Order: sequence, then C-alpha cells, then structure tokens
Amino acid sequence: MRPFTKHTGIAAPLDLANVDTDMIIPKQFLKSIKRTGFGKNLFDELRYEDEGQPDQECTGRPLRKDFVLNQDRYQDSSILLARKNFGCGSSREHAPWALDDYGFRSVIAPSFADIFYNNCFKNGLLPIVLTEEEVDQLFKEVAANEGYELTIDLEAQKVISPSGAEFSFEVDAFRKHCLLNGLDDIGLTLQESDAINAYEEQRMKTAPWLFEARSL
Amino acid sequence: MAGKTLYDKLWDSHLVQQRDDGSALIYIDLQLLHEVTSPQAFEGLRMHGRKPWRLTSSLATPDHNVPTTVEERKSGVNGIADPVSKIQVTTLDDNCDEFGITEFKMTDIRQGIVHVVGPEQGATLPGMTVVCGDSHTSTHGAFGALAHGIGTSEVEHVLATQCLVQKKMKNMLVRVDGQLSPYVTAKDVVLAIIGKIGTAGGTGFAIEFGGEAIQSLSMEGRMTVCNMAIEAGARVGLIAVDQTTIDYVANRPYAPKGDHWNMAVEAWSDLVSDADAQFDEVVVLNGADIKPQVTWGTSPEMVIAIDQDIPRPEDQTDPVTREGYARAWKYMGLEGKKTLADITLDRVFIGSCTNSRIEDLRAAAEVVKGRKVASTLKQAIVVPGSGLVKAQAEEEGLDKIFTEAGLEWREPGCSMCLAMNADKLGQGEHCASTSNRNFEGRQGFGGRTHLVSPAMAAAAAIAGHFVDVNELVKQ
Repeated sequence: MRPFTKHTGIAAPLDLANVDTDMIIPKQFLKSIKRTGFGKNLFDELRYEDEGQPDQECTGRPLRKDFVLNQDRYQDSSILLARKNFGCGSSREHAPWALDDYGFRSVIAPSFADIFYNNCFKNGLLPIVLTEEEVDQLFKEVAANEGYELTIDLEAQKVISPSGAEFSFEVDAFRKHCLLNGLDDIGLTLQESDAINAYEEQRMKTAPWLFEARSL
Repeated sequence: MAGKTLYDKLWDSHLVQQRDDGSALIYIDLQLLHEVTSPQAFEGLRMHGRKPWRLTSSLATPDHNVPTTVEERKSGVNGIADPVSKIQVTTLDDNCDEFGITEFKMTDIRQGIVHVVGPEQGATLPGMTVVCGDSHTSTHGAFGALAHGIGTSEVEHVLATQCLVQKKMKNMLVRVDGQLSPYVTAKDVVLAIIGKIGTAGGTGFAIEFGGEAIQSLSMEGRMTVCNMAIEAGARVGLIAVDQTTIDYVANRPYAPKGDHWNMAVEAWSDLVSDADAQFDEVVVLNGADIKPQVTWGTSPEMVIAIDQDIPRPEDQTDPVTREGYARAWKYMGLEGKKTLADITLDRVFIGSCTNSRIEDLRAAAEVVKGRKVASTLKQAIVVPGSGLVKAQAEEEGLDKIFTEAGLEWREPGCSMCLAMNADKLGQGEHCASTSNRNFEGRQGFGGRTHLVSPAMAAAAAIAGHFVDVNELVKQ
C-alpha cells in the first residue's frame, strides 16, 4: 500500500450530505475484476449527462457543467470536502478505489459510514472527520478562494489551511501506523499465527460443530 | 458489574488478541463469497502466494450478475449474454475451483442470493461470526450471529488469516413493543426504525432489535429487519436466540447433528443480552403505531406511512436537509404530487436479500391471488432468493398465482435490487420495490425506487399506484 504522510493539494467541495457508494461508483462498473481504472467513472451519474458503460472511453462524453469536478478550478484537486455520512450504502471497495484512481488522497467530512471509512485505510486514502462547523468553514473558504489548497499532516494529525489555521483530527493508532508506513496488514496479522492457532484449538473444544468439514 | 449484551458476548467469544490501541483481532467462523467483491481478493492471495487459512469456513455462490430469465439460465454461465458479467461469474467459478472453496454454481439448485443461501443451508449458525463482501451481511444477525459487511481487502484478509482487525462498536437497543397491525410486516418495522433514527443513526453501533413485536417475527421477518440495519448506518444488526431460531436451524444441511447439535443448542441458549446489560443508546417504538411504509425519496430515511403526505423541502428547517429534500424531489419527479397515491408506477420488483424468502413470496401471492396487475404497469417481476425458495414456492403453487395475476416468475439472483444484470429501470420510471436501497440510479440510470414490503408491492402492482394493502384486500 502507498504510504500517506503529508499531503498538500487543492480541495474540491462536494456540497451534499449522505453521498452513497452508488453515487461514488455506479454498479455497472463493479463488474471489473481489477482494482484499477475506476477513476474515469468516479461519480459517473453526477459527472456525465449520459449513462456510462464499463470499458467505455469517457473523454467525449457530455459533462454536467455544474458538477464540482467538472469546473476548471477544481481540475487538479486531490482532497475532497463533503458533508455528513459520506460513503453510506454498500461495502464496495470500488468506491475508495475510484477516489484513489481519480487522484484523491483524502476525504474530509463531518462523518463517514463505517464500512467506507474502514475501506479507505486499506487503500492509502485518508478519511478525516472534522466538526460540522469546521467543515462548514472550509466549504466557505474554498468557495471564496480559487486554488485553495489544504495541507494534511498525518503524523501531527492536523489539517492546515492556507491562512495557517490548524484543525486537529483523530485517527486510530494502528491505522495511522499502517498508513504512515504503507504496511500490508495481512502480513502483520500472519505474524500472529500462533495466537490464531491457539484460539482455534481452544474453540474446537468448546464449539466443535463450527469446525466440521462441509461435505455436501 | 453490569451484565453483557449479546454483542459483548459474541465479541468476547471471538477475541483472538486485544491490542493496546483498542483494536483487536477477531476470529471469523464463516465467510460468504460472491462474484463482485471477491476477484481482487483472490488475485491478492495469488500475488502473495497465500492460501486460504481454513477452507471449510467459506461458502460461495454467484448472485449479483446472474440473469433471471429462464431462457438465459438454461445453459448456466454460458447463457450470460453480457460478456463482462460472464467474465466475473466465470472468475468466481475458477477461483473457487483453484482454491478448493465450496461453491453453489449457477446450475446448482442451491444457488441464490448469499444472504438467503447461508441461513437456508444452516451454514449460518447462532453464535458465529459471519462476514461477506456485501453490506447486507447484517442479515445473519437474525440468528444471534455477529455478522457484517466488509470490503474486498478484508475479504482477502479473512481468507488469508481467518481474522479481522476490528474495533469494538457501541451497543444500541432498538425495542419494538406490542403487536403489529394486520399487513404490517418486518419491512415496515425496519423502515419505520430508519425513518426514526436516520441513515446515520446507527453509525458506530451494533444494533440489537428486541421487544415483543420483534420476538413475534418469524426467522424470515427477523432477517428482513437485520438486513436493513446497515440502512440505519449500523454494520451489525442482532436478534437474540430463542426457540424460533433453534427450530429454523434444526435439520438444515450444514447444521450440526447428533451430539454436536445438543451441545450447540445448549451453548446457544446463552445468546441473549443479560437482563442487567447496559446499552449506550436505547430507542423504543410502539409496534401498534407502525403503518405500512413507503419511501418517497432517494435515501431509506425518506420514508412515510402510506397515509401521510409527502414532506416538502420548504417545510424543512435544517438547510442541509432542505437541500437534500429538494434534490430528492427533483430526482423523483414529485412536483405537483401530494400523496404517494399520486405517483403512477411503471414497474414492481419483488425480490432481493431483504424480501425474497418463502414467507415474502407467500405474502405477495396472497394479495395478488385472483386479481390482475394494473394495465398501466410495464412490468412486475418476482425473483425468488434461491433455487430452493423457487422450488418451494412452485410446490405451493405460488408461481401460478403470480403468473395468472400478470407477474413474471423468474430465476434466483439479486436482480433489480441493484440492476447489475439486465433487470433494471428505465430513466424516470417509478418502481415499487421490496429491496433495500432507493439511492439515485440504484435500480437503473435515472430510475426512481420506492421501498415497500412484499404485501405493499403486490397491492401496488394491482392498483398501479401505492395503496394501503389493508384497503386493497377488502375490495
């Protein structure tokens, strides 16, 4: 996994609450058996006027001009600013894959849906929770200043605005450690094989039916 | 010391390792796999030269992409017309064959929607931890199992290690007291709960559903309630084990037998929250107050009782809510409409992991029996949750009741719930759907979904618009 340490980039404001994973990446693109290539279909129904198809070339498709990512000033954005309950709905990891593939490194919102939040960390994408007031302030500042850039310092757990204002955020120590170092957590868990084996051995005694071979 | 909640007990019995930062290694008993969220996980195993930790803990079946017409299904995977879908289903078959994982392939009568198949086979058991790369895995919580959806990286993690790195959630109790009125079903209960607490109300919580109205539900009904816990933001929905649970599990193909059965039943009797257990939050609803529910907007929390007026954006005080309502009104084409009955329906879908079990089909059949689907409808389809549900329904003659009334009787799969196969809505079409999400575009580009119970969907199919099923059956 690509590490996340410190990042500075243009913030794009997506002024919508309850952005669901069907919005982030519609289902027809979930037919891919790859992890990459979803960026061109990120927010497909919000971004294009027509219905997108898998494997379709997207450069000539009609754009919805009013959509934030279609506006010139947000072309190179890498930080997404959103409203509450971002990423609700399905467990599709294609949602963070699409955000990452498009070029986003972080999403800032007042709250996230649990599964989406969890999936982000597996892909080097940092979801940041700030208060409603702080997010609202960032929305206002972004709107007022073209080329508005934020700096995210994961080590210090701070979002820094162009004026130097700092916003602190929380992140689990283990997730932070994995993200800072780009660690593969399967490898880490496998280092605990003895503990897993010991658990199984004890569990086989108390709940042996869970370990019966499925022979149908 | 306060007692433990059911969730606390399940967590404790699966704890492999507690870490200092609050995260923990949790053991997973059962992983269900399907074609959409597993290919990249298997690819990851291959790339790192890893093998599944324990083969008997996995069960796979294709469901999201599979076509549902009899014609397309005749030749199994080769009958899938869409080449991209075909590759995905073939990839699941190949991966299961390569790694030695049990799979109910398309031509197997046991194939179906993972969340119907697991319980039906007795693969889902009380006291288990169950995961699947699908958010509706919360369904299995109906059995007093700790079950939740995971992303593909975690699918790979569970395959490789039999564990997940988790942080304990908070405990919420949603209690539904008293009895439900006639034709008010599990679906109406869970929609009413979501309407009350909102789609983020359960974020960070494991929700235990309790109270007389919940205890009175069949296992099918309990699965419907837990299925939609995620629509309230909670990854986990739970219901305590009782005799109804045990009776459902008994003699299922994968359920324990003989001595192991007796041992299991004894252990399962503890799968209830202690009387003195403390919940972080308690929400109470009165069952008798719940009326048949219909969603009007583009989020499951945008839901009202059949006799209520559609709420207007301008009446909302919170600016973010007002904005959301305005967007939903526009998307759903509600301008000039006052009540749900004013919406002309184009299609009806009865199916999905929420409502495609035998009880759901019986409820819908009872309403349409001897009646005809409204001529204004373009289509009404019934998609059973599994090959075995289909066979059972046919044995009971439900298929005939549906087809005589003008509904199409299909082959099992996820179908129009998320429209990954050919079953979808056209732009601007309104659908009465027994599925679980009414998000923009969910059932097809520009499609407009209204979530309802099977009985309400059946009534809507007959009337051509939403109507209280209690009124329709009197006619």
